[in-house]
Amino acid sequence: MSGHFLFRLLDRSTVIFLVALAAVAVTVPLLNLAVPQSSSLHVPTYVVALFGKYICYAILALSIDLIWGYCGILSLGHGAFFALGGYAMGMYLMRQIGARGVYADPVLPDFMVFLNWKELPVAWYGFEHFAYAAMMVVLVPGVLAFVFGWFAFRSRVTGVYLSIITQAMTYALMLGFFRNNLGFGGNNGLTDFKDVLGFNVQAETTRNVLFALSCLALLLGFLVCRFIVTSKLGKILIAIRDAEARARFLGYRVESYKLFVFTLSACMAGIAGALYVPQVGIINPSEFAPGNSIEPVIWVAVGGRGTLVGAALGAVLVNYAKTYFTSGALAQYWLFALGGLFIAVTLLLPRGIVGTLHHWTALRRGKIAAAAADGVTPARAEPLPAE
Amino acid sequence: MEPLTSALLYLDGVTVSFDGFRALNNLSFAIEPGEMRAIIGPNGAGKTTMMDVVTGKTRPNAGEVLFAGVHNLAKLDEAEIAELGIGRKFQKPTVFDSHTVSDNLELALEADRRVRATLWWRRKQSERQRIDEILDIIRLTSVRDRVAGSLSHGQKQWLEIGMLLAQNPKLLLVDEPAAGMTDAETRQTADLLKAINREHTVVVVEHDMTFVRDLGVKVTCLHEGSVLAEGTIDQVSENERVVEVYLGR
Repeated sequence: MSGHFLFRLLDRSTVIFLVALAAVAVTVPLLNLAVPQSSSLHVPTYVVALFGKYICYAILALSIDLIWGYCGILSLGHGAFFALGGYAMGMYLMRQIGARGVYADPVLPDFMVFLNWKELPVAWYGFEHFAYAAMMVVLVPGVLAFVFGWFAFRSRVTGVYLSIITQAMTYALMLGFFRNNLGFGGNNGLTDFKDVLGFNVQAETTRNVLFALSCLALLLGFLVCRFIVTSKLGKILIAIRDAEARARFLGYRVESYKLFVFTLSACMAGIAGALYVPQVGIINPSEFAPGNSIEPVIWVAVGGRGTLVGAALGAVLVNYAKTYFTSGALAQYWLFALGGLFIAVTLLLPRGIVGTLHHWTALRRGKIAAAAADGVTPARAEPLPAE
Repeated sequence: MEPLTSALLYLDGVTVSFDGFRALNNLSFAIEPGEMRAIIGPNGAGKTTMMDVVTGKTRPNAGEVLFAGVHNLAKLDEAEIAELGIGRKFQKPTVFDSHTVSDNLELALEADRRVRATLWWRRKQSERQRIDEILDIIRLTSVRDRVAGSLSHGQKQWLEIGMLLAQNPKLLLVDEPAAGMTDAETRQTADLLKAINREHTVVVVEHDMTFVRDLGVKVTCLHEGSVLAEGTIDQVSENERVVEVYLGR
């Protein structure tokens, strides 16, 4: 049972997922770049960009599953960490425009010239360096989550109260970022990016590389999460989710455990946002909107919380459905469809898609009938306590 | 630091009030090392509040709670108190439902409780053996790989007691271990607690008088947040005040 840690890490659905992801990361760019446009196998560039976006959403969903599915922390403000990572990347991309902007100012981004600012705000210092921006992508969401979590978890704010204050956090950030004088482009946000690390962001190759990098980030993020949830730390997270007081009386510092996963999860969300921005070409305060933090929770619920694979799968499936719906005559009914989906999943498929599949496999092996669990995977689809 | 008392657990003048209601009222008693003590009392006598104070869940408004004569428990939180060596079993059996029986014990085993240590932790042979021993003591070996949520009420009670053993505390606080058990299970539980008492100091809060009689230990009767009587079960049950309180005369 405790075997080599690789066995612990790689159960069957993990291996399937990793192989499929690696295959997608290679084939999609190949089908876009190497197959002629006339071929029916050709993948158009807009599809590459679209799926690159879904992969970023999958990373965000993964980060939410880590805290919600395993530790019972329902964050309704994870969109904020995603957006902060995106803004850090956007600031780097803005600085890369240089004198090629409309006002051709070598230092100041266009919106600052337009606002008649003379100097670069301090917050923008250093963002001309990619390494610094990349550090900020992780650091800013991480520090915010650490400080927020330190206060919330130490004061033992749990359940729906925690969800509400995370929602308030993202809302407050949205209002802040809407203001011009905060210095991040106001309601227009940051856009008109030219290049990243010297490569044109619009170029087909760059888009394919960004797509492959997003897949790689998802793969690494997945392995990190998997390593955590299969360790003893992961068992303690589930223990906290199931019986927090019991964990405390056993001598575990519940707040330290929560703070650790919450901060890690925020850093992951930040990375997702940073990969998202160059692929969609814009970041603005609407990314902080409460709805943008609630949707990822639905993706996780649909895919199956506490399964990791399900979170990633749910993000891609729901977003594909969203694209499909909103590009046709049904566009105005999308929100109803999304709401309906959430209700249907909660009522009919409380374990989500992957959770239900796990449950069926277990049933077929007669494990649950004998009420026996294999004890290998903490990702078992046990009903979670309602949040 | 010199111990201030030889008692393992020493409560002196402890008062806890909730919105003016005194759940504990100048409560004082002492538990000697190696002792097993039964605490009885009608509903609302303050038994559970007393446990909350000792384990750090509730802070007393006044009074002193000393552990091993040196640690002032009123100043520590749950995790610190657990680290000192006080384990607690809840009134309602509380185990980790989605973990297997052996994982529940594994999480309770004495080990480094810090985040980083648990991330890199690997199970040692000695820990595996200890889990096997405990499974044997609490008679759950045959269900070791079942998820705890699927156990019967009585089995959950035993699992929770097993988790206390795994924690290897100096003092065990056990809240109504026989609640909801059949007569046979109740007797087995009494035997189990007696076996545990060979190596650990135990405080049992209980309603069930037959169970307390089975334990055959010194009894403290609480009423309205303070000690009403103390002695053997026979002495206590002949005490007129106790009879009055229990029968409501």
